[in-house]
Amino acid sequence: MQQFWLNSALRRPWLTISWALILTLALAAGMGQLYFRGDYRIFFSPDNPQMLAFEQMQNEFNKSDNIMVAIAPQSGDVFDEDMLTLIWQFTEAAWQTPYSSRVDSISNFQHTEAMDDDLLVEDLLLNPADLTEEKRAKIRAVSMTEPALYRSLVSADGAVAAINITVQLPEVDQNQEVVDAYEYVLGLSAYFAEKHPDVEFYHAGILALNYAFASEAEKDATTLVPLMFLVIIMMLVLLLRSALAALATVIIILVTILSTLGVAGWLGIFLSTATVNVPTIVMTLAVADCVHVIVSMQYALRQGKSKEEAIHYSMTRNVVPIFITSITTSIGFLTLNFSEVPILRDLGNMTAVGVMLACIFSVTLLPALLRLLPAKVVPVSHTAKGMDKLATFVVQQHRKILPVGAVLMVAVAAFAGTNQVNDVAVKYFDTRTEFRQSLDFIEENLTGTANLDFAIDSQQTSGVNNPEFLAHVAAFSDWLHQQPEVTHVASITNVFKRLNKNMHGDDPAYYRLPEQQDLAAQYLLMFEMSLPFGLDLNNQLNLDKSATRITATLQNLGSKELTGFEQRALSWLAEEMPQYDASAASTALMFAHIGERNMESMLKTLPFALILISGLLVISLRSWRLGLFSLVPNIMPALVGFGIWALYSGEINLGLSVVASISLGIIVDDTVHFLSKYQRGLQEGQTTEGAVRYAFNSVGRALFVTTVVLVAGFAVLAMSGFRLNSDMGLLTGMIIVLALIIDLLLLPALLLRFDKKGRNDEKVPATQSA
Amino acid sequence: MKKYLLHSLLSLGLCLLPASVVAEQDAAMAEGLRIATERKVRDTGWGDTEVVMTMILRDARGRESRREMRTLTLEVLDDGDKALTIFDEPRDVRGSAFLTHTKTMVPDEQWLFLPAVNRVRRIVSRNKSGPFMGSEYAYEDLSSFELEKFSFTYLHDDEVHGELCYVVEQIPQDEYSGYSRMVVWIDKSHYRVQKIDYYDRRDSLLKTLTIHDYKLYKDEFWRADRMEMVNAQNQKSTTLLMTDIQFDRGFTDADFDNNALQRAR
Repeated sequence: MQQFWLNSALRRPWLTISWALILTLALAAGMGQLYFRGDYRIFFSPDNPQMLAFEQMQNEFNKSDNIMVAIAPQSGDVFDEDMLTLIWQFTEAAWQTPYSSRVDSISNFQHTEAMDDDLLVEDLLLNPADLTEEKRAKIRAVSMTEPALYRSLVSADGAVAAINITVQLPEVDQNQEVVDAYEYVLGLSAYFAEKHPDVEFYHAGILALNYAFASEAEKDATTLVPLMFLVIIMMLVLLLRSALAALATVIIILVTILSTLGVAGWLGIFLSTATVNVPTIVMTLAVADCVHVIVSMQYALRQGKSKEEAIHYSMTRNVVPIFITSITTSIGFLTLNFSEVPILRDLGNMTAVGVMLACIFSVTLLPALLRLLPAKVVPVSHTAKGMDKLATFVVQQHRKILPVGAVLMVAVAAFAGTNQVNDVAVKYFDTRTEFRQSLDFIEENLTGTANLDFAIDSQQTSGVNNPEFLAHVAAFSDWLHQQPEVTHVASITNVFKRLNKNMHGDDPAYYRLPEQQDLAAQYLLMFEMSLPFGLDLNNQLNLDKSATRITATLQNLGSKELTGFEQRALSWLAEEMPQYDASAASTALMFAHIGERNMESMLKTLPFALILISGLLVISLRSWRLGLFSLVPNIMPALVGFGIWALYSGEINLGLSVVASISLGIIVDDTVHFLSKYQRGLQEGQTTEGAVRYAFNSVGRALFVTTVVLVAGFAVLAMSGFRLNSDMGLLTGMIIVLALIIDLLLLPALLLRFDKKGRNDEKVPATQSA
Repeated sequence: MKKYLLHSLLSLGLCLLPASVVAEQDAAMAEGLRIATERKVRDTGWGDTEVVMTMILRDARGRESRREMRTLTLEVLDDGDKALTIFDEPRDVRGSAFLTHTKTMVPDEQWLFLPAVNRVRRIVSRNKSGPFMGSEYAYEDLSSFELEKFSFTYLHDDEVHGELCYVVEQIPQDEYSGYSRMVVWIDKSHYRVQKIDYYDRRDSLLKTLTIHDYKLYKDEFWRADRMEMVNAQNQKSTTLLMTDIQFDRGFTDADFDNNALQRAR
């Protein structure tokens, strides 16, 4: 079988190339089906309980997807004539935002006032032409005392104001809808910024988050992927010292990536912030396969073999290891299917497919290409000589390396458990991104940027008018106010208090809740009759007025603190008002929970992946003994890596939660290559020491080269402005380096120390092809 | 900013339009006004009515909630009509009464009687575009149709509910209206409104009203039993049912003043 395809690749290379091309074209045709999604929902499976709770609340009350524009004049006063006019103009213009259903600002706040026996309901600033000194003083006074505005739409010092635009996306083509709405608002800001060079505009809100997800992914796709290509070509030319070998590798990479993306398209997988980096990862992994083939071939050429013989030599030695390592790498990525996050599952599946495709192409198309390309004998490189020295060092010093290495590893690995899960969507973005800078500014100067919505259900039609219910809601909103992390609370009770005051001739003593149900109901009836389009109370009251939504604005907390706050609030509600049904939801809360849920499921799958991969190793090496030895270099790099991470950062996000699984699949490759060569050495009748030297000489350089390429690949990923990707790249790269160190120092030391009798145990039939 | 550019190009283009197109536009406006006037004329002289109205509100999940009220209306020939709405359901607003004097040229006058405070309050607000009782109807959708409030343009013919209709565009003259325009289907047989598309201020379809089960009263005046308003943007809807429609109740101006408001139950 093996002979057959190898012979056909070598004797009729054009035939192999032709069918590889046809296969690639057929698969790549699926790329037409690919589309991009940047909305935050891609992080959640359809049955995610926090998302269901959030959507239920969105259905019961109005949707709360929004864009917030913060307006910061250099003068530090938003109440001067110029700024109030600007706010009024921006508010008016913002109604034209695509899909907008509501615009809130200090200018269109529906101010109520008693005038004799009349109730006046009017925009706080109806017309900038009326802006007298007196009017401005009044706007400032209302803004600074009205709970709906203070520290929400205007900062405590009056230096920053905000306009909040609520949108109802039809969700037909959500990505495009987000772009349409958000870019419209960016356009407005640009327009006003030109007229007011002394004013800064900042953008936040759910749509800004969605937009940032999409634009960071686009940035990754347009900068990192080409950069990756460049890096890999340079590395290949340098390390393989052959431009033509590098060319063959690049062709394999291209074919693999196109096919992978095509398969994703055929499978209906969409591109997202996570999967946009699949090409980078697949590229990296595909290179490893090619390097093994080419390095072996070059070794054979140096031994004086002909090109065809050299390719044959390389293929017979590499086909099984490449196949095994591809399977283990795929298993590592396939365990991502146990993730709670759909796009991480996509990342795993796409990469697994890519790795297997790379395997197929590098044992078929690659030898065919190498057969056609001219090959020259490449002189022995420094690394090859270095490997010989390293082998000597390890053989001589293994009695020292073993204890020192073991102590160091255990000491660092011990910290791994101190990492804390922390998922805050905002923190996914690097501080150099515009989105993050905007949010940090708003957080510092205006109000918190995380929301938590509470729905409190009286379980009775018109129950929100019940004085007892209102008193409880007011108590809860007071409790929220007292929490240090809360910057603003929007509660219907404030409207009732204000109306009660208005109905008593604006007497401040009556700024309190109405004491009878019919009174409250009729105040509300009157107020609702007077509100303009879009500024109704449907975002705070449900259809039959049985439930109300209270929105707490919080400082951007860590996910543990946010879920802790949620728990505190819900248990306060359960204790103080058990008769009412209460629930909490928000996008921030969804992210806070997803980290924990995902980590839990990923940790559960890790032992499973380890057993599966080690089992495969045992089967492929046909040796329980070596399988046992392999556990150390397979497990330790990730443990040590996470230990170092704990010392460096200590926070684990969604991106990092999958690193253990994917790095396991990758680093196992080194072990497989090293141990299979070691085993071959033993089979050829060498001593343990001789076999270790043989392994170093035949595969050490390839391991070094692939590690350099892999690290370069993940280092490119680490440059992403999106931390899920950059952290993943950073830690995976680090673990791969650790794996090489352990494989080249500790594993041979272990073998030298404990595998003394190895030679006698090996009773593998000589027909084995590896 | 692309849109602004497009707009200015469009307006530039409009200036360059040949005279025949302008004449066509004039003709469409004349025809629109003719249809609207005929609609108004055919519904003139009915005097007064009393009707029981039930609103069934539905949210995006299809959950329902009911409102009940009675509306008394007095036709005013040389100005807008007068209307008194008495709320019956939900119970905590029962007995609240809302009086409007629709005006053709100045803002409508509105008063509200609240039994819990036993006082009449005049509502001073330009706003009439917000939801009426939390429904998908705005107050402005329910107030009397006056020619002066709109400009009209005849668009084309269409068929709705099996009736051949004129389709007329109505642009509100009041800058505080919630709509940029409305497209109204008026049947050719009796000049009754069959359907209205409401466009919000950014000119997106906001909601659609369809009117069903017209019945003839006093051999002359058509009144519908059911109106359906469906919001195209948030999937909420409201059914408005009219029952017990009575004409010639003998109302006078005295039944539609401040004092009457306090007596209303």
